[in-house]
Amino acid sequence: MSQTAPPSDIANPSGEQLTLPQAIINLQGADLGLRVYAAWWLGRFRVQSTEACDLLIAALQDQADRTPAGGYPLRRNAARALGKLAYQKAVAPLVEALSCTDFYVREAAAQALEKLGNITAVSALLALLKNELPGTLPAPEPPQLVQPFDAIIEALGTLGATEAKAEIIPFLDHDIPRIQYAAARALYQLTDPSEAGQYGDRLIAALEGDDLQLRRAALSDIGAIGYFAAAKPIAETLAENSLKIIALKGLLEVQLNQSPLPQLSPEVNQIMTLIDGLL
Amino acid sequence: MTKAMTDTVSALIEAVNRADSATGLLDAVEALAAVPSVEVIDTLIEVLGYNNPGAAVAAVDGLVAIGEPAVLALLEQFCGHNYTARSWAIRALAGIGDPRGLPILLTAGMTDFSFSVRRSATKGLGTVQWQQFLPDLLPLAQQKALEALITIARQDEEWVVRYAAIVGLQAIAPALQTDEHWTVLRAGLEHVQQQEADQAVLARAYMALDTVKGLLQNKAVFEPTDGSAPLEIDWNTLRQDLGRVINSG
Repeated sequence: MSQTAPPSDIANPSGEQLTLPQAIINLQGADLGLRVYAAWWLGRFRVQSTEACDLLIAALQDQADRTPAGGYPLRRNAARALGKLAYQKAVAPLVEALSCTDFYVREAAAQALEKLGNITAVSALLALLKNELPGTLPAPEPPQLVQPFDAIIEALGTLGATEAKAEIIPFLDHDIPRIQYAAARALYQLTDPSEAGQYGDRLIAALEGDDLQLRRAALSDIGAIGYFAAAKPIAETLAENSLKIIALKGLLEVQLNQSPLPQLSPEVNQIMTLIDGLL
Repeated sequence: MTKAMTDTVSALIEAVNRADSATGLLDAVEALAAVPSVEVIDTLIEVLGYNNPGAAVAAVDGLVAIGEPAVLALLEQFCGHNYTARSWAIRALAGIGDPRGLPILLTAGMTDFSFSVRRSATKGLGTVQWQQFLPDLLPLAQQKALEALITIARQDEEWVVRYAAIVGLQAIAPALQTDEHWTVLRAGLEHVQQQEADQAVLARAYMALDTVKGLLQNKAVFEPTDGSAPLEIDWNTLRQDLGRVINSG
C-alpha cells in the first residue's frame, strides 16, 4: 500500500478524512492548518475539480500563512498540488511563483511546471537558473543554495529545453552531488541518443557511491530517464529492492514505448528478469 | 561440526551481539549469515526484530540458505506482536518455500498492509516446494495458492504486487496437477492481459503466458512426491489452516 499519511510537516487538524466539498470550504476558511492540509489532500488524492484548482491558484498569492522566517507554507502546498492535478491553467500562475521570495515555493513551482509539461515555462525556468529573476535575491549565504537548481534543471530536461544545455553543463561539476545528478539527467534527455550515454554513465557511476541517500537519488534519476545500460548496475546497487524495482520500471517503460506489446524485445525480457529477482 | 568450527560460530554470534553501530551490525550479520548452520538460526531470527533493514535482509538471506531447519523457529515469530520481525519472517518463509509456511504466505499476500511484504509473500506463493507436500493435500494447497495469486493479480492496488502475482503464476504452472488448474491459471493470465492498465504488469503477463503455453506444448508433467514428505510436518493442522484461509478479496 502506498503512503497515505501526510508528510511530517502536515498534520490533519480535524483528524477526519476530507471530502471535496469540505476541502473547498477549508481552503477558504480562516484556519491555516485546515487550509494547508486541504491543499495537500487535493494533490495527494488527485481530486479533480476546477473550483478546487482555481482556489489553489489563488492560494499561490496567499499572504496569511507565514513561517517565522517568512516562508509561505500554503503557497508551497498549493504549487505541489497543482502539479499533481495537471491543471494547465496553472502554468502562468506557477511561472509567476518562480519569482517568490520563498526558496521552497520556487522549488515546488519548478517541480509542478515539470509535471505540467508546458514548454511556455522554459524561458522563466532558464532565467531562474541564471539567477536573473528579480525578487528571488539576495539569497541566503552559502552553503545554503541560492536557487532550487536540481528542480529547475530537472524541469528543463523534461520540458525538452535544448536551448538550456549550455547553461546546464556547468552544473555537472556542482559541489552538491544531487545537483550534478540532476544536470546529468537533464543533459541525457536534451542530447541526441547517440551521444547521451556519457551523461547516463555518470549516473551509473553514482550508483556505486558511499552514501545511501545519494545512491537512492541516482536510482531515482536513472529511472526517470530510463537509461537501458543501467539495468544490471541498478539490480546490483546497495539499496532497497523497492527503489531498485521502481528504477527498473522506468527503464522498462521506455523500452515498451520503443517496441510496443505484444512484442517482447530482448531488452524488455532482460529488465523483467531483473525485476523478478528483486521481488 | 568440529570444535574449531563451533568456536568460529560462537565468535560470529558474539560479534552480532556486541555490534554497537548499524554498519557494524550489518557486517557481523553478513558474516554469520554465510554460515549454513542450525546454530545460527536463533541469532539470525533475533536480528529480524532489530530496526535495521540492511541487517534484516542479510539475516533473511542466511535463513533462506539454511532452509527447512529454520522453519519452526520462523513460525514461532507469528505468536508474537513484533510486526517488524513478522514481516521479515514472512520474507524468509517465502524464500524457503516450506509447506508449513503456505497459510502465512496466503494471508500475508492477500492482506498485509505493507506492499513490500505482500510482494514477497505473493512471489513466494509461486515457489512453494510442492514436491514436499503430502500428495493427498497437494490439490487443495495448489488450489488455494492459485486462487490467491489470481485474486492478487486482479485486485491489488500496487502494480508491483500484481506483477509479483504474475511471476507467481508463471512459477506455479509447471507444478500444477490437474487440467482444471491449468485452465484456471490460463484464464487468470488472459484476464490480466485484457484488463491490466499498467504497462509493466501487462508486459509481464505476456511473458508469463508465452512461458505457460510453451509448458503446455511440451506436456511437462510434475511428479508429486512418492510419500516421502518430511514426517515432522503436522499435515492435519496444515490441512485445517489451509481450509480456513479465505481467498476471495
